[in-house]
Amino acid sequence: MVDITPADGIPPAEVAEVELYHPHSWWTRYVFSQDAKVIAIQYSATATGIGLVALVLSWLMRLQLGFPGTFDFITPEAYYQFITMHGMIMVIYLLTALFLGGFGNYLIPLMVGARDMVFPYVNMLSYWIYLLAVLVLVSSFFAPGGPTGAGWTLYPPQAIMSGTPGGQDWGIILMLSSLILFIIGFTMGGLNYVVTVLQGRTRGMTMMRLPLTVWGIFTATVMALLAFPALFVACVMMLLDRVLGTSFFMPAISEMGEQLQHNGGSPILFQHLFWFFGHPEVYIVALPAFGIVSDLISTHARKNIFGYRMMVWAIVGIGALSFVVWAHHMYVSGMHPYFGFFFATTTLIIAIPTAIKVYNWVLTLWRGDIHLTIPMLFALAFIVTFVNGGLTGLFLGNVVVDVPLSDTMFVVAHFHMVMGVAPILVVFGAIYHWYPKVTGRMLNEMLGRFHFWVTFLGAYLIFFPMHYLGLMGVPRRYAELTDMTVMTESAHHLNSFISIMAFIVGFAQMVFLFNLIWSIRHGREAGGNPWRATTLEWQTPQTPPAHGNFGKDLPIVYRWAYDYSVPGAKEDFIPQNMPGSFGPSREPA
Amino acid sequence: MAVALVLVLIVVGSVLFHLLSPWWWTPIASNWVYIDNTIIITFWITGVVFAAVVLFMAYCVFRFRHREGNRAAYEPENKRLESWLTIVTAVGVTALLVPGLFVWSRFVNVPSDATEVEVVGQQWQWSFRLPGKDGKLGTSDTRDVTTDNPLGVIASDPNGQDDVLVEAADLHLPVGKPVKMLLRSIDVLHDFYVPEFRAKMDMIPGSVTYFWFTPTKTGTFQVLCAELCGQGHPLMHGVVVVDTQQDYLAWFGQQQTFAQLSAPQQTGAADNAPGKTMAPAKTIAPGLKIAAKLETVGSR
Repeated sequence: MVDITPADGIPPAEVAEVELYHPHSWWTRYVFSQDAKVIAIQYSATATGIGLVALVLSWLMRLQLGFPGTFDFITPEAYYQFITMHGMIMVIYLLTALFLGGFGNYLIPLMVGARDMVFPYVNMLSYWIYLLAVLVLVSSFFAPGGPTGAGWTLYPPQAIMSGTPGGQDWGIILMLSSLILFIIGFTMGGLNYVVTVLQGRTRGMTMMRLPLTVWGIFTATVMALLAFPALFVACVMMLLDRVLGTSFFMPAISEMGEQLQHNGGSPILFQHLFWFFGHPEVYIVALPAFGIVSDLISTHARKNIFGYRMMVWAIVGIGALSFVVWAHHMYVSGMHPYFGFFFATTTLIIAIPTAIKVYNWVLTLWRGDIHLTIPMLFALAFIVTFVNGGLTGLFLGNVVVDVPLSDTMFVVAHFHMVMGVAPILVVFGAIYHWYPKVTGRMLNEMLGRFHFWVTFLGAYLIFFPMHYLGLMGVPRRYAELTDMTVMTESAHHLNSFISIMAFIVGFAQMVFLFNLIWSIRHGREAGGNPWRATTLEWQTPQTPPAHGNFGKDLPIVYRWAYDYSVPGAKEDFIPQNMPGSFGPSREPA
Repeated sequence: MAVALVLVLIVVGSVLFHLLSPWWWTPIASNWVYIDNTIIITFWITGVVFAAVVLFMAYCVFRFRHREGNRAAYEPENKRLESWLTIVTAVGVTALLVPGLFVWSRFVNVPSDATEVEVVGQQWQWSFRLPGKDGKLGTSDTRDVTTDNPLGVIASDPNGQDDVLVEAADLHLPVGKPVKMLLRSIDVLHDFYVPEFRAKMDMIPGSVTYFWFTPTKTGTFQVLCAELCGQGHPLMHGVVVVDTQQDYLAWFGQQQTFAQLSAPQQTGAADNAPGKTMAPAKTIAPGLKIAAKLETVGSR
C-alpha cells in the first residue's frame, strides 16, 4: 500500500544560505567562471568538440571495414590508432564529461534548489584540468609516432611495446598522462556534485523528493569517485613500466628474438584494475541516462514516474552491484576459471534491478497522456536500444556463452547499443528538453525530427546486424578482414552496408549541430516552462537562470518531482515549490 | 501513430532478420554443442522479452497518445505488480544462468583422458609443441627463448627432449580425441580462437592458460588471434587440421623433436621458419624490424 503523507510537510533547511561569489569582470563571468551553469556549458562544448573528432575517427575506421583495400592511407597502424582514440574519447572524454560535467553542473544546483555548487572555485578548476587533459590527448595526434593504438583497454604488455603504434613513442605516454589529468579534474568536480546533493538542497527537498535525474548523476558520481582511483593507479604503474622500466605489468618477454629488461610483472593485474574501473564506468554513463530518461518520460507522458522508490533503489542497487561484476570482461582472459561462476552469477543478478527500471519506464507510459515531443521520441528510442543492448548483455554475461562471442563483433555491437547509442539518445533527448532553459529558445522542430529518425533508425541498422557478424566468428579489432574463412562474400556486403549507414548517421549529427547554433538566435521563444514541468529548474524567475539561480529567496519544496495529472488539480502538473494541497497527494514517503 | 507503427516494424524486422538472414554461426566441429544450445535458449528468452517490451510500448504509444481533453492516470506505485515483475524476471534470469553455469563447469573441468597440446603465440605467428613418447611436456621459460630455442623449452628438463615442435606451421589433431590446449605466449597477449570449435582463451606471457575440446569433424580450420596483439594482429592466422587417427599418426611421425632441432647439424633446416629470419634483429632499428616482420606475416 502507498503511504499517504501531507504534501506540505517541510523539513528545515540543512544549511544556511552562504554569500555567493560574484564575478567582477568579463573574464571571471564567462571564461574563468565559477558559476556552475557556465562551467556546464564549457564542459559540454569541449566534450562535443572532442566528440566530433571521435565521430570522424569512426568514419575512417568504417571506411576501412566497409571498403577494404580502397583507402591506402588507412594502414593497420592508423586503423588501431583510430579505434583506440575513438573508444577512449567516446567513453571518457565525451560521455563521462558530458553527463557529469555538463548535465551534472547545469542541473544539480537548479534541481536541488541551490544557488551554485558548494565549492565553486574547485568546480572551475575541474573544468580547466579537464580541458588540459583533452589538449594532452589531442597533442598525441601530432606527436612523433602518433597516438597510441593499443585499443581503448590499453592492455599491457603490447600497449608499451614496439609492435603497437605509439607503444615505444609518445602515444601511450600522452594517453596515460591525459587520463591521470582527467581523473584529477573529475575528482574535483565529483566531490562537488556529491556534497552539493547531500548538503546544498533547499528547504523541503528531501532525498526522496529529488528528481531521478539528480539520483542518477549523484549515484554515478559516487561510483566514479570510487572507481577512477583504480584506473589512476593502473595508469601511474603503466607509466612507470614504460618510462622507468619497472615491471608492474611486464613479465619476462622475448620480443622478436630480443629479451626485454622486464621480469615478474602481471599483465592480468592491469586487467583487474582496468575493469574494476571499467565496469562501473559503464554505469557511470548509464545511470545519469537512466535518471534523465525517467524525467523525460514522466514529463512528456504527463504522468508520475511509476514506482519512484523502486527506481531510486534500483539506481543505488545497480551502482553497488556494478562493483562486483568487473571480471565478466575477463572470462577468457586466462584468470582462474572458477571466478567465472561468481561473476556470471553477480552479472545476471544485476539484470533484475535493470529490468525493473525498464518495466517502470514502460508502465509510466501506460495510461499516460503521451505527447510525442522530440525529447519523448528520444526517450522511446532509448528504451528500444537499451532493452536490445541490455538483453545481449545476458549473452555475454553468462560466462560460457561469452566464450565463443567474446572479442568478436558481437561485443562491439552490444556495447555500442547499450552504452553508446542508448545514452547518446538520452543526451539528445535531454538537449532538446533543456535547451529552452539554457538559451530561452526552442530547438527547431523539423530539423529535430529529421535528426531523431535518421539517428535512431540508422544506429539500429548499424548495430543490430553487427551482432550476427560476431555470431559468425568475425573478430573485433581486425584492421583487415582478408583471407578469413568466416568472412563470406555476403558478410563483406553487410560491412559495406553498415559503413554507409554510419556515414548517414554521422551526417545527421551535423544537422543537429547546425540546429544547436541556429536556434540560439532564431529559435522560437520558449518562455520559462515550455514543457509545463514540475521540477525546480523550470520555476526560476529568469530564463536562462541568472547568477544565483533563484532570485532573492530560494524556493521551498512542498512535494515530490512527479505531481503530474494529480486528480482534483486544475493543471496537469504541480510544481515542486507550489504550496497547498490539491486533494490527497500520494507522494510515496 | 507513425511511432507505434515503427516500433512494431522494429520487432517484426528484427525477428525476420534473425530467421532469414544468411549470417549465422559456422557449422560446429567440436563437442561444444552445449554452448550453441545455451545460446539458442538465450536467444529465445531474450527475444521474447524484447518483443514483449517493445510491442507493449507500441501499444501504449498508440492507445495513450495525447488527444484533446486526455488526462493521465495518477498511480505512483503498485507493489503487487512490481513484485510480480521482479519474480518473473528472477525466474527468467535463473533459467539462463543455471544451464550456463552447468556448461561452464564442463568447460573448465578437463577430462582425464585429454592429451595435452601446447600452443605458443608470438607476434605474429603460432607454434605448437606436442609431448613425445613419454606423454609429458617439458617445462619452459620465456627467458630461455633464443634463436635456436624459439619456444623457450628448458634444455635441462629431460621431459622436454622428445617434445615435438611445430614452428610456424599447421597443427594436426586426431578426430574424436579430447585435447587440452595449453596456451602460452612469449611476448604479448594473444588468443587462440577457432570459430568452428567455439572455444577460445587468452594467452598471457608468464602464465599457462588452457581450454579443452574434442574435435568432432575432420577438415582444415582457420585459427584467428582474438586478442589485440599489435599491428600484425589481423594477419595472425594459423591452421588446425583435424585428421583421422591414421593420417594424424603419419603426420606426427614426420615432425622433429626438440632434441633433433637442438642438435647443431639440424639448425639449418629450421632457418626457413619466419621466426628465424628475425635472428639478426638486434642490429635493425625497431621500426624496420616491425615492417620486416609484418611483411613476413603478410606474405604467408
